[in-house]
Amino acid sequence: MTALLSIGGVTKRFGRVTAIDRLSLDIHENEFFALLGASGSGKTTLLRMLAGFETPEAGAILLDGKDISRMPPNRRPVNLMFQSYALFPHMSVEGNIAYGLEMERLAKPEIARRVGEIMEVTELSSMARRKPDQLSGGQKQRVALARALVKRPHLLLLDEPLGALDKKLRAAMQLELKRLQHEVGITFIVVTHDQEEALVMADRVAILRDGRLLQCGTPHEVYEHPANRFAADFIGVMNFIEEDGRTLALRPERIRLFPERADRTTEGRVTARAYHGLDLQLHVETPLSPRPLLVRLTADAADRRPVAEGDTVTLGWNDADTRIFKD
Amino acid sequence: MAPALLWLTALMLVPCGLILALGFFRRGLYGGIEYAFTLENFALIVDPLYAGIFLTSARIAGTATLIAVIVGYAAAYAIAAAPRHRQPTLLFLAVLPFWSNYLIRTYAWIVLLNREGLITQGLRLMGYEGEPPSMLYTEGAVITGLVYNYLPFVVLACYAPLARLNPELAEASRDLGASAFTTFRRVILPMTLPGIAAGAVFVFVLSIGNFITPALLGGGRFQMMGNLIYAQFLTANDWPFGAAISMVLIAIMMGLLTLQAIAAERGAGERREGANG
Amino acid sequence: MADRSPATRRSLAVLLAAVFAFLYIPIVTLVALSFNDGGLPTAWTGFSVKWYGTLLANRDILSAALNTLIVAVISTAIAAVLGTLLALGIETRRRRGRALEALVFAPMIIPDIVLAIALLSFFSLLKFPMGLHTIILSHVVFNLAFVSAVVRARLKSFDWSVTEASADLGAPAFTTFRRVTLPLILPAVIAGALLAFTLSVDEFIIAFFTAGAGRASTTLPMQIFAMIRFGVTPEINALATLVMIVSVTALTLSQRLNKGVIAP
Ligand SMILES: Nc1ncnc2c1ncn2[C@@H]1O[C@H](COP(=O)(O)OP(=O)(O)OP(=O)(O)O)[C@@H](O)[C@H]1O
Ligand SMILES: [Mg+2]
Repeated sequence: MTALLSIGGVTKRFGRVTAIDRLSLDIHENEFFALLGASGSGKTTLLRMLAGFETPEAGAILLDGKDISRMPPNRRPVNLMFQSYALFPHMSVEGNIAYGLEMERLAKPEIARRVGEIMEVTELSSMARRKPDQLSGGQKQRVALARALVKRPHLLLLDEPLGALDKKLRAAMQLELKRLQHEVGITFIVVTHDQEEALVMADRVAILRDGRLLQCGTPHEVYEHPANRFAADFIGVMNFIEEDGRTLALRPERIRLFPERADRTTEGRVTARAYHGLDLQLHVETPLSPRPLLVRLTADAADRRPVAEGDTVTLGWNDADTRIFKD
Repeated sequence: MAPALLWLTALMLVPCGLILALGFFRRGLYGGIEYAFTLENFALIVDPLYAGIFLTSARIAGTATLIAVIVGYAAAYAIAAAPRHRQPTLLFLAVLPFWSNYLIRTYAWIVLLNREGLITQGLRLMGYEGEPPSMLYTEGAVITGLVYNYLPFVVLACYAPLARLNPELAEASRDLGASAFTTFRRVILPMTLPGIAAGAVFVFVLSIGNFITPALLGGGRFQMMGNLIYAQFLTANDWPFGAAISMVLIAIMMGLLTLQAIAAERGAGERREGANG
Repeated sequence: MADRSPATRRSLAVLLAAVFAFLYIPIVTLVALSFNDGGLPTAWTGFSVKWYGTLLANRDILSAALNTLIVAVISTAIAAVLGTLLALGIETRRRRGRALEALVFAPMIIPDIVLAIALLSFFSLLKFPMGLHTIILSHVVFNLAFVSAVVRARLKSFDWSVTEASADLGAPAFTTFRRVTLPLILPAVIAGALLAFTLSVDEFIIAFFTAGAGRASTTLPMQIFAMIRFGVTPEINALATLVMIVSVTALTLSQRLNKGVIAP
């Protein structure tokens, strides 16, 4: 795979705040790339530099090998779906979507055809003539998405595209985004706060912290081999056990109950149990750490050996499933 | 934005700067300007003759301001107390006259106060037999005209802080045992004072610098600073003196606005402390 | 505000009614008298529009009205463009100095008479011939300030991300202005222009000082001032009524287009 976008040593400061600090990152053709990071870590700033609304103080942004970091936003083959949608309130749904194609001076019938197509795909055809203030949150979002997609950009940037939606709509839109990506075949960079969303949707994820790249890799890599304690904590749920001046990190689903064979075992008392979907989650107090260990059992495993609050249990795991960090 | 700034510079800043300079020159023999530095014009301002005129105009403007502020504040209070959905309309109606023709509004009072005007007619209808009262061309007429013209402005200036006032503050005061009047005096009035002060400064400055109202309702018998400036430029032909008076007018305005700003600042500080304490 | 006793409520209503009576009785009287057949305020002798007829036959008034229209239309048009650009310029700046704020605020608070004599001195020192054109130049000064104030108020609640979206979709700066920014602020621009128009139509002092000698550039307010000095005539009542109808219409329209222009 060749790099479609290559970010090299980019730095952006706002007064005394360094929003992005010497960041380098390659993004491949047709990739679904997720940017993760706490609030204020520089995600929006990075996207705004890619779209052309901020100019980096240092570094280069290469798209297809050409440096675009000084190119004005209207000339870049990159589109941004805004965190606030930024729909034009005085134009209809159709008008909003057609706007970008009109800027390319395409012929009227061509514009009409492509707008019609994308409205089919995003299920907006029935509300073509409505104004943005007559749409629900989810509908507005689809208009914002359609408006960016219809331009067939090389690269589509989405700033928390699903941020404002309720859980159910979110799940539906996640599938829809994936489907659209396969259908239209463009490269996506998605900013999200929601690590689960990133794990579900992305081909690769990057974690930002204070404007720096902490780790970048496939969701599996980042989940199973977090580069450091922060990344481990940021993605998924993790148990931490401090011993001998180092930290042992262990995923809840890697802990087994009453194991027949295990590299390590410990005794503990169940202090809470609750179902998370089909999985059963237990809090177990052990001598190993001040905070209870989190244990996640599949429905099968839970049925095989029922436990109640207050029960004493034996926990076990294999060394291969733990990660060790020296802080 | 550059063309607009250029326009304002060429046709406001430069002319006003010119007036500033003009005040320090001497009047020429035949009414022209002699370009020699002098402070005579300012000496003339404190001359008893002119100082007297200034004091009279300050008194008239002060009275008009006082009345306009009291009546305007009361009206603004009444509007703010009206049902919410009616407030915009009431306010619009109260302010509408302010934006219409000043001359016509002043002229309407000539019609009313005239010797054979409507008020006289009204008195006759009620059985009054004597000489028509002379109301036009009095100090009262000038003050009435000024109050009439600037009242809407005061209503507007006082309404904003009254409408913004948190109703729970007054309720809290009542809850703590204050009477309605005490609540007004100790809570509502202090919190809305900066708005009133700003309104008052403008009414006072516009009144003291007025020249239409004294000319039409005062019949030329009452001179305000505006009439004096007018006369220097159009009849006495003493431009440097006219310029000096204008500068005094601007100085009064800036001085009062600065005082108001300082008072508002201090008031805000006290309120902040009050909120913390 | 806190709820009040019925008695307080009633006295506040009475007070408000009295204030409104004070504000509107003079105006209503004027309008009523303009339709009085006999013309004198002493007696109502029947409804008539004949004074409007005499008005329309008066050449001086007609030419003054035409002058006023010319001044108001041209100065408003210039002010609408410059004022809007000024408002956009100020609001898109990250940092604004106090001097700039004072400069654009000044024309609204300087007493008319001071601006009037300043302009008169300026034009005559430059030996600039005065006439309708100098009135127009001068009226733009305050019209511009009012338009920019109204447009700035609108821009305070403007969501700038739509202009970024437009650029992102490929629009150059001017296209973004024409297709996105302008349509969205247009109601405020028109409201500001209507306000400027009425101010210009009604403005007397500055026009009076900058009109130059001779009758050719007399505006309507100057004509009205001259007529009032001769005393009360039925024609002035009719003229006053017409002028007020024009202002009230423009002001009401302006308020409808953009709530808060005249009163919040
Ligand atoms: N225009 C600006 N002026 C000054 N500082 C800014 C500006 N934009 C961003 N910052 C600062 O840069 C840092 C990164 O901000 P950014 O908006 O990129 O964070 P983010 O990761 O998108 O956060 P969130 O998840 O809350 O959206 C923050 O410290 C922020 O305060
Ligand atoms: Mg953000």
